[in-house]
Amino acid sequence: MNASQAKEASADLKVVSDATCTFCGCVCDDIELTVDGNRIVKAKRACGLGTAWFLNHEIEDIPSCLIEGKAAPVEQGIRRAAEILTASRYPLIYGLSDTTIEAQRVAVAIGDWIGGNVDTTTSVCHGPSGMALQGVGEVTCSLGEVRHRADFVMFWGSNPAESHPRHFTRYSLMPKGVFVPRGRKDRTCVVVDVRKTKSAKAADVFLQIKPRGDFEALWTLRALAAGIPLDAEQVRQTTGQPLSVWEDLMQRMKAARFGVIFFGMGVTMTRGKHANSEALMALARDMNRYTRFTCKPNRGHGNVTGADNVVTWRTGFPFAVNLGRGYPRFNPGEYTASDVLARREADAALILASDPMANFSQPAREHLRSIPYIALDPKQTPTTQHAAVAFHVAVYGINVAGTAYRMDDVPIPLRPAFPSPHPSDLEILTGIEREVRQIQQAFA
Amino acid sequence: MSEAFILIPGRTSRQGCGISEGKFKEAYQAETSVLQIAPQDMQRLGLVAGDRVRVTSEGGMIEVAVQPAKSDELPSGVLFIAYGDLSSRLMSGDTHGSGMPTSKCLDVRLEPLEKSSIDPDEKA
Repeated sequence: MNASQAKEASADLKVVSDATCTFCGCVCDDIELTVDGNRIVKAKRACGLGTAWFLNHEIEDIPSCLIEGKAAPVEQGIRRAAEILTASRYPLIYGLSDTTIEAQRVAVAIGDWIGGNVDTTTSVCHGPSGMALQGVGEVTCSLGEVRHRADFVMFWGSNPAESHPRHFTRYSLMPKGVFVPRGRKDRTCVVVDVRKTKSAKAADVFLQIKPRGDFEALWTLRALAAGIPLDAEQVRQTTGQPLSVWEDLMQRMKAARFGVIFFGMGVTMTRGKHANSEALMALARDMNRYTRFTCKPNRGHGNVTGADNVVTWRTGFPFAVNLGRGYPRFNPGEYTASDVLARREADAALILASDPMANFSQPAREHLRSIPYIALDPKQTPTTQHAAVAFHVAVYGINVAGTAYRMDDVPIPLRPAFPSPHPSDLEILTGIEREVRQIQQAFA
Repeated sequence: MSEAFILIPGRTSRQGCGISEGKFKEAYQAETSVLQIAPQDMQRLGLVAGDRVRVTSEGGMIEVAVQPAKSDELPSGVLFIAYGDLSSRLMSGDTHGSGMPTSKCLDVRLEPLEKSSIDPDEKA
């Protein structure tokens, strides 16, 4: 290519500034995309996960709608989806976390019309934390406050170096903030984990605890915060670390001007679950007797926080909501998707922006495979593979505008890079809601 | 003869990138189909990278290739596997009233498979 051809080629490239990455809960909105037609060729400032997200969502040459595995017009798929849902006695609506809040809103509305069971990927992520905060409250803050104020940053059961690669550089460790002008030098970083993860390398202090010792370790710290004497041998045996290590950590926590604990699924997915999260949130609350202290779940999916917010706006509860009686009932363990499927209760499902056929337990997967369900996803997944009606949709944040919530509940606008011939989640869901209403009115 | 271990399924950078590339693509399949073991446990069990083992939990059973964990990432007695189909097969359907299946720190038993019974083409 000569110089004039190169100039001509570059003139065809489009640059999208301040694009938003919706892969993980950091929802970084400072990405500069270079777009060549229907393909993103560069994602400046994106991390490895973000780069893979942007560069691997080209237009897929697959039908927008498949009914029983065969290509079909989208309108026909919408009608079939509405028929499946309205014929169901116990429909499940699940997923929601990787789409816009506008689409999430309609998904919950469909659940309301059909008296369904609405659950999001929160239930297999930080659902236990959602249960815990209802018990003990959550002392929280924005990531902006962490950036500008936090001089003590602890990661517990969380490995952002692999799950949220820009967490350290954009929000929590490296930035020079108003009250931490020297950036990393003004912050103490502690990592608590069972594994010596990549994140441990970034820590000033790494505490490797005993597997399943989170609950005991957190209550050890709560006891120290309350000045309660402890049996040193028992502490060592239950946590895997000597009491002196926990005493030193408590001194550092008390000495902080602004402390924050980011916690991950090492806390919520391990035995104890909501009791672990509750201990951690209560510890953050306890520390406010001494200094300003907060805690934040490190959320995984790009708009899982939006799903929590939308389901709460619409029903009063964040996940695991059953609308079968015409009013919302909340009960994790009963109305959570893993349970509803593993107990073989649901007889139809609408799966939006999630992949339970890959991520759920075997009994839940086997039941989902045995019932008619509708799946919406930009890519072919194990879930779309077995769907009665599969919609291949445009990608939120790349092809579709809208809003996503960052992990600290801050709404972020999405700036799409190029249009898709595939419909958006919102368009499909709006169509299904319309058809559901028509069917219901015909039988009213 | 099997031995008790604690298994931690989790996210990795490669697994995360593989989701965007496509779950049926080789990168995702490869990353989610390898079990990491502490090097000292590999040595004790006479395992080398690529050997296959059977892992059994309350929820299910898988056969998977092993590789040593990097440096001192895993303590002895703890296994790691990237989230994927295989890790899900070991989860129980019971959430103990929480909605969340116990998905980390699973009690499992690990049994090396006899090398002579392994098809080398199946090694991950």
